Amino acid sequence: MYSAKVMDHFHNPRNVGEMDNPDGTGHVGNPVCGDIMEIYIKVKDNIITDVKFKTFGCGAAIATSSMVTEIVKGMSLEEALKISNKTVAEALGGLPAVKMHCSVLAEEALSSAIDDYLAKNPDKNTDALRKLHKTQHAHSEEESE
Amino acid sequence: MKQIYLDYAATTPADPAVVQAMLPYFHDAFGNPSAIYSYGQEAKNAVEEARAKVARLVGARDDEIVFTGSGTEADNFALKGIAFANKSKGNHIITSSIEHHAVLESCKFLGKMDFKITYLPVDGYGMVDPQDVKKAITGKTILISVMHGNNEIGTIQPVGEISMVAKEAGVYFHTDAVQTVGHIPADVKELGVDLLAMSAHKLYGPKGVGLLYIKKGTIIMPFLNGGAQERGWRASTENVPGIVGFGKAAELAVLETDSEGARITRLRDKLITGIQKNIDHIRLNGHPVQRLPNNVNISVEFVEGEAMCLNLDMSGICISTGSACSSTSLEASHVLLAIGLDPVKAHGSLRFTLGKWTTEAEIDKVLETLPRIVGKLRAMSPLYKN
Repeated sequence: MYSAKVMDHFHNPRNVGEMDNPDGTGHVGNPVCGDIMEIYIKVKDNIITDVKFKTFGCGAAIATSSMVTEIVKGMSLEEALKISNKTVAEALGGLPAVKMHCSVLAEEALSSAIDDYLAKNPDKNTDALRKLHKTQHAHSEEESE
Repeated sequence: MKQIYLDYAATTPADPAVVQAMLPYFHDAFGNPSAIYSYGQEAKNAVEEARAKVARLVGARDDEIVFTGSGTEADNFALKGIAFANKSKGNHIITSSIEHHAVLESCKFLGKMDFKITYLPVDGYGMVDPQDVKKAITGKTILISVMHGNNEIGTIQPVGEISMVAKEAGVYFHTDAVQTVGHIPADVKELGVDLLAMSAHKLYGPKGVGLLYIKKGTIIMPFLNGGAQERGWRASTENVPGIVGFGKAAELAVLETDSEGARITRLRDKLITGIQKNIDHIRLNGHPVQRLPNNVNISVEFVEGEAMCLNLDMSGICISTGSACSSTSLEASHVLLAIGLDPVKAHGSLRFTLGKWTTEAEIDKVLETLPRIVGKLRAMSPLYKN
């Protein structure tokens, strides 16, 4: 069912754990569907200097959250907001169709963490960042309205 | 790595004696039982011998046994066959909310064909109350279907009491006994049922064959139309090797059920007690006593079922889960939701089902491995605050 890469991230997840005083925290998912992800980021000069995650979920949920943290560590917020669920799924060598929603959740958890950071630090928000939020993550915006 | 198989409720390995018994009927005694010449008669005799063996296991007459292609087919046959044959008498069917999908989906299908279906709730242990069955019966009720033992949580239903309620009301009673025959006593007269479904591959027989017990005099319509096999009850050239294997499995079960039952119950209870002792925040699902001898179903809080199963698989341990993530429908087990588990607990459930080749050493290995896996996943979980 799962690729070797998915199994690797599942058995040896990267960046698991809590963070002291994260600059931004993202929390997505719900108990009914069975996946809950939290992503914590440390940001300096709009670069994600550290990232950690915790996930309640299946093999794909753990693998996608692990992979998304590996991808964005060291990226600027702008670059990180461009990461889509497809990028995460491709980096993992693909996911079964029925598990693609896990990659969407990983994308949303990251975006939610960045959202949280920018809400706490509005002076760090830029037009470029605002634009990325509008186009890439329109569904998150609609929910918060 | 040696595999520890603990998913006997899903399927069982065929007993070597069963496989041996089946082999001649693929190539040597390969005849069609309907043929007049000796190959045919040889095959026919083998089918009838097998029929006598399974009839003996359930306490039925030989001519009350109809071989089918599976337990699922037997359930479909029972529900649709009774429904369509008795439509003039009524259109109401009563069943429970924890039945196997074969029964539930057949009921949903009939629901779209102008039949009214009542899905009875169950208590926190998954038990149907015979009084609830009685209250649900109307002048239009033609069938009650309640399973004997639940495949997920192991709860054994009060089938004897429910059948008395059905008899008093003059309503047919069907039970899905796929998980019970050969494992606990399941005599059709003692149970008092009119129809009973069974599946060979759940008791060390081959896949691809099941049966429906139909009490003499029951008014029912055949499910498959075609040739006159099975005395006109189920068209299809008989699966001779499968049926012979089924007969052999039944023969072994008659000899082994009691001793096996005691052995398995002890191992089951060791597993339950060990898990309760070594892992906190867990819950046993299903009735603690009225429970299949081989079934352990637990909810582990703060972690998800598929993740636990994948980890266990790495250690060679094969089990299943009621988590949504592991089902193609992405819905949590309807049985766990019916007994009132909140979705998070349903997602964190594991089912271990033991069998003939389960050893104490294997149980010990599970008890050694599971706490470590749960610990690892809890450390990763946002729901677990240490």
